[in-house]
Amino acid sequence: MPQPRAIVVGGGLAGLAATVRIVEQGLPVDLFSMVPVKRSHSVCAQGGINACNDVARQQGYSEYQHFDETVYGGDFLGDQPPVLEMCNWAPRIIDLLDRMGVPFNRTAEGFRDLRLFGGSLFKRTHFAGATTGQQLLYALDEQVRRHAADGKVNTHEFWEFLWPVVTGEGDQRRCVGIVAQDMRTMQVRAFRAEAVVMAVGGCGLIFGKSTNSLICTGGAASRCYQAGARYANAEMIQVHPTAIPGADKCRLMSESARGEGGRVWVPRKRGDNRHPRDIPENERWYFLEEKYPKYGNLVPRDIASREIFDVCVNQAMGVAGENQVFLDLTHKDPEYLTRKLGGILEIYEKFVGDDPRHTPMRIFPSVHYSMGGLWTTYTPGSYRPAAPAGEHRAGDTPPADATPGRGMKPGAINNAMTNIRGLYAFGEVNFAYHGATRLGANALLSCIFDGLFCGTSVVNYCRDDSTPPAEAVPQNEYDAAVRREEAKAKRLLDSVHADPAVDPATNPYVIGRELGVEMTAACTVVKTGPRLEQCLRTLAELRERYSRLRLADNAAWSNQALSYARALGDMLILAEVIAKGGLLRRESRGSHYRLDFPDRDDENFLRTTVAEYRPNADSPERDHHAITFAPVDTSLVRPRARTYGRVESQPRAPRHSVAGV
Amino acid sequence: MTATATAKRTVRLRIRRCDGPGQPSRWESFMVPVEPGANVISCLQTIAADPVTEDGRRTTPIVWDANCLEEVCGACTMVINGRARQSCSCLVDQVAPRNGDTITLEPMSKFPVVRDLWVDRSRLFHALTRVRAWAPIDDTFDRGPGPRETPEKQALRYTLSTCMSCGCCLEACPQFLLIDDDTKWDTAFIGAHAISQARLFNAHDTGRTLKGERLEALTAPGGVSDCGNAQNCVKVCPKDIPLTESIADIGRQTTLHALARWFTGR
Repeated sequence: MPQPRAIVVGGGLAGLAATVRIVEQGLPVDLFSMVPVKRSHSVCAQGGINACNDVARQQGYSEYQHFDETVYGGDFLGDQPPVLEMCNWAPRIIDLLDRMGVPFNRTAEGFRDLRLFGGSLFKRTHFAGATTGQQLLYALDEQVRRHAADGKVNTHEFWEFLWPVVTGEGDQRRCVGIVAQDMRTMQVRAFRAEAVVMAVGGCGLIFGKSTNSLICTGGAASRCYQAGARYANAEMIQVHPTAIPGADKCRLMSESARGEGGRVWVPRKRGDNRHPRDIPENERWYFLEEKYPKYGNLVPRDIASREIFDVCVNQAMGVAGENQVFLDLTHKDPEYLTRKLGGILEIYEKFVGDDPRHTPMRIFPSVHYSMGGLWTTYTPGSYRPAAPAGEHRAGDTPPADATPGRGMKPGAINNAMTNIRGLYAFGEVNFAYHGATRLGANALLSCIFDGLFCGTSVVNYCRDDSTPPAEAVPQNEYDAAVRREEAKAKRLLDSVHADPAVDPATNPYVIGRELGVEMTAACTVVKTGPRLEQCLRTLAELRERYSRLRLADNAAWSNQALSYARALGDMLILAEVIAKGGLLRRESRGSHYRLDFPDRDDENFLRTTVAEYRPNADSPERDHHAITFAPVDTSLVRPRARTYGRVESQPRAPRHSVAGV
Repeated sequence: MTATATAKRTVRLRIRRCDGPGQPSRWESFMVPVEPGANVISCLQTIAADPVTEDGRRTTPIVWDANCLEEVCGACTMVINGRARQSCSCLVDQVAPRNGDTITLEPMSKFPVVRDLWVDRSRLFHALTRVRAWAPIDDTFDRGPGPRETPEKQALRYTLSTCMSCGCCLEACPQFLLIDDDTKWDTAFIGAHAISQARLFNAHDTGRTLKGERLEALTAPGGVSDCGNAQNCVKVCPKDIPLTESIADIGRQTTLHALARWFTGR
């Protein structure tokens, strides 16, 4: 019998960590990526990666408190056991990255330096300049290159995942490979494997301009969803408070800018057009510091985004009357800023033209991250308290220690597995861990944790002999899957017409742009029922136009227009899941804020939104999405109100004293 | 499309196009409305939505390589007005400030063209394997922290490690030439980026264990001695990596390595 193989789709942090872990345990990996893996979207992560550390520990911090912060930050929507396991592994993950040679910033004595980040009062964020994601990705890329040189990894770069090959029916369904397309030659091919790991990232492009990279369409996740995988908490979309609006995208301005002392403010007087340096301290409204004296500028992202949105949109207090606020670092030593934040300050300087060391930056919120994703399961670990614990305070003895296996059972084959056997979801596309809002610097952690911890689960599944090997699946199942994808591509290519009178209504780029504008307007910072219903009608209209799509290029070689147009169809389907989930969740929780239901409703909605695709829906409204609400495992920590100590503040109110807090 | 309506001026994009390997190249020009904050990427996106040339001929969207658009992934490198750089950080207001100014876009010339502005940079990544650009850790089990390091050494390693494999240094290098035949890559000049990565890993306590192999590779034909000292690489590096310092440093390391080998007879 041939050696079992695993497939990993996506070469960001999650995919590369999974690849390293799987090949290390003796299984060869076929790694697929639409870009050279070193150019994956993980490079865009800036601020850092969270982990309990020796310094914080001596101040009363613990892995358990990191866990408590993460579930509180996520407004209790995350299943708790996997979160505990992730936070417990964080210090080991930092050590491993350190061994791989990640140039983490250092203290004078040579220890790993730490910075403050949102949602915590402790320094628990490790960083490499302000390009931490890039540095982590490179370290894993180097390890994968090393294994590839030894022949253990077959890297397929510039290959696009098109569909999972799923065999069997009902509960017996399992994934035994994928269909993919070479983006240069346009060849469509099936690849056989015992297991498939989807590590395909987020779906920011559905919102048009976001902080995401161009490949983050959500297309691959949508294809798995359409093939029968469940999609969970789709409506939980994180809007990052500080981004630089641009003509082609919104560039991230890292939370580390606030972690290193950056202050968010607007002039107290509407329309005050003086240069920010000329506006005296008492005429500036530091609205986050005044409303949240405890956390200040480092409240979680959804809160900061809503406050900025409120100041600009509802109160029309934005700088120069525009949708923008100041993010100010000019009170800090320029040399210190260069050392700690050089990379992101250069980005701002390059794209805007001002030097943030001397002129406050102008920023506005932008879509950044999807907490939702493919639904996955897990086997709980050994920590099973008789009753959930209350809020954890610094210095308290943690009710659970950080021994491996407290939260999730190591190596259990169902960890991070979707409802289709053998199909796993790692990293951002895995809905687990972050609940209704992700804390800053937890994304890099969850990606690498999935790869390292759940990678072992993939190996165990591949070696489990209770299922027949993928080799036993008849070749004609793979051939049929290839033919279906070839037919789909042909349909799009045949839409190219010599007629020069091109209708913008059927232009994929026009449809894509309208999709982005609509989704940003209806499904981000502030949502309402009527607006979401309108959004669903707009999406139906866009889908109708999509069915008449006209492609501008029918080349049989390196046809990017085909790739985009095909993904657009899948984005429209996922957009419906996002909008419909938002409509049905009649409460406000974390990043999901409903103006018509402003309160959290644990009784009805402390539930995971689970969507299943019905390909042949024949209901009158042709609704393809069956959405149910599943219980959340809150057996470790009792849900409590998530306030971050908010108090009232008005533009003209005197400043609150923060002394003594 | 509202942005188009409010645009005040237009820019001409003159683009060298090619349908595929072995195909002839041709020029096409496009007049593009300039949005506020426009860069070369946003102009190419505007063309993709409605690909009509300056003389009114309908054509296909331009094919180009891009991903992060924040000048950190390296993908969107091309030759803009004769100089290799990232198209995302190329702002229209800076390179073509007046109405009707022209921006010329060409694919990098040192790599085989895939289509239009998209080139195949496999050789660049292959060079990283040639110099064993990794730290050979034992495994991914929990074995405690990595080596401690001074802030000065971290600062050097971090700077070297920000190389995003974009290829600007190779495009600018007179010694690095286009080679289609991948069997000849291992004896052709490896390029400044890979030499600098060798320096990065030789400076790491675990990476150093492969120092000998790296220096052997860089002593072989196509290694560091093929550098012609034109110093173009350091001038075009978008991340200001001290590439010429790296080349000089590796040059010294290979000399010492050769001497040590001569004395020890190994």
